[in-house]
Amino acid sequence: MMDDWEDEDGPEVVKKFLYLNRKAPYGTIYALESLEKVLVAAAFEQDVSMVFCDDGVFQIVKGQSTDGIGMKNFSPTFRALEGYDVEKLYVEKESLEARGLSEDDLLVDVEVVTSAEIQDLIDDQDVVMSS
Amino acid sequence: MLHTVNNSPFEKNGLDSCLRMAKAGGAVLLFEDGVVGALAGTAVADKIAARSDLNFYALGEDLAARGLGDKALVDGIKVVDYAGFVDLVAEHEASTAWL
Amino acid sequence: MKFGILVNEGPFNHQASDSALRFAMAALEKGHEVPRVFFYNDGVYNANKESEPQSDDRNIVKLWSDLAKENGIDLVVCIAAALRRGIKDDALPDGFRISGLGQLVESGIANDRLVVFGD
Repeated sequence: MMDDWEDEDGPEVVKKFLYLNRKAPYGTIYALESLEKVLVAAAFEQDVSMVFCDDGVFQIVKGQSTDGIGMKNFSPTFRALEGYDVEKLYVEKESLEARGLSEDDLLVDVEVVTSAEIQDLIDDQDVVMSS
Repeated sequence: MLHTVNNSPFEKNGLDSCLRMAKAGGAVLLFEDGVVGALAGTAVADKIAARSDLNFYALGEDLAARGLGDKALVDGIKVVDYAGFVDLVAEHEASTAWL
Repeated sequence: MKFGILVNEGPFNHQASDSALRFAMAALEKGHEVPRVFFYNDGVYNANKESEPQSDDRNIVKLWSDLAKENGIDLVVCIAAALRRGIKDDALPDGFRISGLGQLVESGIANDRLVVFGD
């Protein structure tokens, strides 16, 4: 029902996939399940980016300690993304600042970009996965 | 790019964020509870009007469902039906859902 | 044109599944194809065979099954999300199957458009 998209030389089709993260972790499952999606996408050798904006910036704040709420702390997985060749992580400057955060609060290397830059980034994508 | 907004701007920040991160020349479809953002004279009408570089649409079936089918909409917003929604997706290279 | 669809919410609690259904129906009516609908997050609850809405209301689960059967749509439920929520292989409605997130990525690659319905 769907054509083969890959042969032995690698994918015939490489699309730009953007994962749009706008929600804080733990209050809902979207942050965790979005990360699960990204890890799988990495295996398909597509051009993967992640954008953290609005409350999504909280997903990558340092020092998460979840024992008290009885949930798994999945934030270390963000550091493992590089090993999966997912290196394009963008954080919206306006979202950070509105929440009193800075790049120093983040647990992984990101590129902090303006809303205007995110406009261009989103516009350029083939597939946007929102959570 | 087609941007879709399904939540009311009075409940969530999907429309707000969309208006901040949608590039000029794109389209925005308000549907489900998002159609309330299309009404003329609301507290968010000016934000929509300020992005005159975007093409705005509202889903007629969702307006009608909420008893808003006869209400005035912000200038320039076009009402489409589900067939029109499909056309919008087809006409734009990709779509971004602001949930 | 080929449309892939992603549904992130379960039936009834949010309008997402209804909107996705109506979008799919409209697309098919216009002569487009909808090769796959992928259900993630609470969207896996659309594969709950036990759903029993009131008799005068729409049966969302059945609407998906019927649409899939009539139009050759592959309804895929994410295994990890399904297991978490107790949606199991042996209790799937007609037309649904459980598989991995790779099927979602494939849908994005192989189809012309991917449309997300959620909340």
